[in-house]
Amino acid sequence: MVSDLGPYLAEHPILEGMRPEHIQLMVGCAENVRFHPEEYLFREGEKSDRFYFLRHGKVSLELYHPKGGGAMVVQTLGEGDVIGWSWLFPPHYRNLDGRATELVRAIALDGACLRGKCEADHELGYEIMKRFAHLMEKELQAMQLRLLDMYAPTH
Amino acid sequence: MHQLTEPAVDVAPSPDVMLPHRFRIDKYRKDTADTFTVDLVPVNPDQPFMYQPGQFNMIYIFGVGEAPISISGDPATAPKLVHTTRVVGTVTTAMRGLGVGHELGIRGPFGRPWPTDHARGHDVVLVAGGIGLAPLRPVLYHVLANRSDYGKLVLLYGTRTPADILYQRELQQWRSRLDMEVFVTVDRATPGWRGNVDVVTTLIPKAPFDPLNTVAMICGPEIMMRFAAIGLLKRGVPANHLYVSLERNMKCAVGFCGHCQLSREFVCRDGPVFPYDRVRDLMMTREL
Repeated sequence: MVSDLGPYLAEHPILEGMRPEHIQLMVGCAENVRFHPEEYLFREGEKSDRFYFLRHGKVSLELYHPKGGGAMVVQTLGEGDVIGWSWLFPPHYRNLDGRATELVRAIALDGACLRGKCEADHELGYEIMKRFAHLMEKELQAMQLRLLDMYAPTH
Repeated sequence: MHQLTEPAVDVAPSPDVMLPHRFRIDKYRKDTADTFTVDLVPVNPDQPFMYQPGQFNMIYIFGVGEAPISISGDPATAPKLVHTTRVVGTVTTAMRGLGVGHELGIRGPFGRPWPTDHARGHDVVLVAGGIGLAPLRPVLYHVLANRSDYGKLVLLYGTRTPADILYQRELQQWRSRLDMEVFVTVDRATPGWRGNVDVVTTLIPKAPFDPLNTVAMICGPEIMMRFAAIGLLKRGVPANHLYVSLERNMKCAVGFCGHCQLSREFVCRDGPVFPYDRVRDLMMTREL
């Protein structure tokens, strides 16, 4: 039942401290989903109408590279992570593949539904934006560290 | 005022600290494309040689020169020594060219060790990056040999690619144990890799340990150590429970020459293991 998802969303680190009425608004756009190993949550180029709060399992974010032997893993995400930002930004298309590498259980949120609620309730919109901005800042910092190639030999 | 948290050192270098002792290569293993491990045994079997996790030796390749290299073996098996090193200069290049039976000189052990005493009764979190796993491996051996003295044992290990992962067989063994947790991640995946892909610091928020009752030891590139420390602090680990191992240009190993001086600290003598709150500002000081 949809109403069961409220407590999980409220406990998620990225939503910590969110007002209960805002959580309830999000629950209205939420759905419990699961993916079998090797199943794709989404593919590059698809319309991005959902994002996910991972409850269990691991997802591999991949880019197709014809010379790289197929898919190149850009990042892996697991329990407690949030997958998907492109629902926030027009034109709402996926930039990566998301593939379950083991059984995945997640809460999927309908991006269009939530965008509508954010437009109607700017306090909710600001809360969501703040939290996703924080998430992106962490992701960007991790990416910057990886770009440094820290472990490379220093001659 | 700074709280002194560094462990006492009861392993002193030999009386004549500049005199190398002869050791013989007993085993040689190539670990990755640019790292290798040697097992060394003293030529004189009566040669006493005790060390603590985190200490280093000056390895002398006859006719070539000396280089400081952390000890990466089990302290309980001393005087046998194990050194894992990356090929980065003339000494390590020459060392790679040696084989089983060749002799080399050892001065040591030097430096302050990891705080295995301070960590007693606490969860132990080891954060290693790249070849930084080598100086931390003796801590793992020590904690596993004295398992009931410690809380949870967690290893967070990050490397550049799957091919750069050190001690792969041992990692598998540690991973299969029920009394420790091992998380490995790589910056760049290669075909066939099914593990984590992300920077090692992203493992910290989800790792299973009690932050307030944790002693964390961090070893790797200095940028990685800084961000790992920030991640551990964010998670709630007290600053005086964090330790880092610094790498500087160590020459004499006993604080005489000043090559490794870092402001008020001599890394060879006062380190290489430092309480993080003692060197945090120095790590952020440019030109040092």
